[in-house]
Amino acid sequence: MSGFERHRRSGHVIATFTGFEADLLRSLASQMVELLRNERAEPAAPTADAFEAMMAEFSGATTIPEDPVLARLFPTAYPDDVEAASDFRRFTEGGLRDGKAAAAAAIIDAVEEAGLPPELTEDGLVIDVELTHAQAETWMRAFTDIRLALATRLGVEAGDEDYWHSLPDDDPRAQAHDIYEWVGYLQETVVEALTAG
Amino acid sequence: MDLVSAASPVEVEPTLTPDEITFLAKPWVTLVWDDPVNLMSYVSYVFQKYFGYDKAKAEKLMLEVHTEGKSVVSTGTREEMERDVQAMHEYGLWATMEKAS
Repeated sequence: MSGFERHRRSGHVIATFTGFEADLLRSLASQMVELLRNERAEPAAPTADAFEAMMAEFSGATTIPEDPVLARLFPTAYPDDVEAASDFRRFTEGGLRDGKAAAAAAIIDAVEEAGLPPELTEDGLVIDVELTHAQAETWMRAFTDIRLALATRLGVEAGDEDYWHSLPDDDPRAQAHDIYEWVGYLQETVVEALTAG
Repeated sequence: MDLVSAASPVEVEPTLTPDEITFLAKPWVTLVWDDPVNLMSYVSYVFQKYFGYDKAKAEKLMLEVHTEGKSVVSTGTREEMERDVQAMHEYGLWATMEKAS
């Protein structure tokens, strides 16, 4: 396993993935896109009024998302002021969702452009990714969102590494935690590559 | 303390109401809270990139988040702090805002 590094001559941030790794990144990024584009705030009750329904469509969410992952990705800005918090959410959450979905989609596009086929069947496939500074920053943000999502689902807490490593290898939560650590490693190497220049 | 300015009498503009004085004092802050997920190097990178802080200041704030559980990362008007909080959320940091105490 190797992470990202800075290419000396071009200054680009580069990494080499196995087909399996690139496919895993695409799968994680796809799940982020799906999560971000799915749970939208719906009007509390179905409304017969077409205009009202249209307005509900246009106005942003005002309450904390039910999904704990989304609640972590879009925290309450004003903890002590419900009204200001819902105004803030109405004006920011839609744009934040779109930005995060676009960042995850950028990962999918890049690994596919680098040669990852729609279905991974081939063994020994090598995917070379080369990112500009700006693209690498986008990946770095998307890695954050993926890690926040995995950590929230798993219930990761500070200093709990021993617990995760004590789980049997075939425990699906241990496997998910391995992926969480791997994305953390990738992110750390992106930050290093971006600060190396 | 700056002795030169301290020696000259402080002039309070008589037309300013207390509210305007409070407003000019930039009474809002952006707080970033500790979480078990975000990498220290990443948080420091974000503080440098977004706020333009030098490495020493960014690392000091990052360590404060890590050890104290939270840190005031910027101060300004309410509108400015809403922009900062939104940007922190864009980066996946857990940020809130409140009136400076």
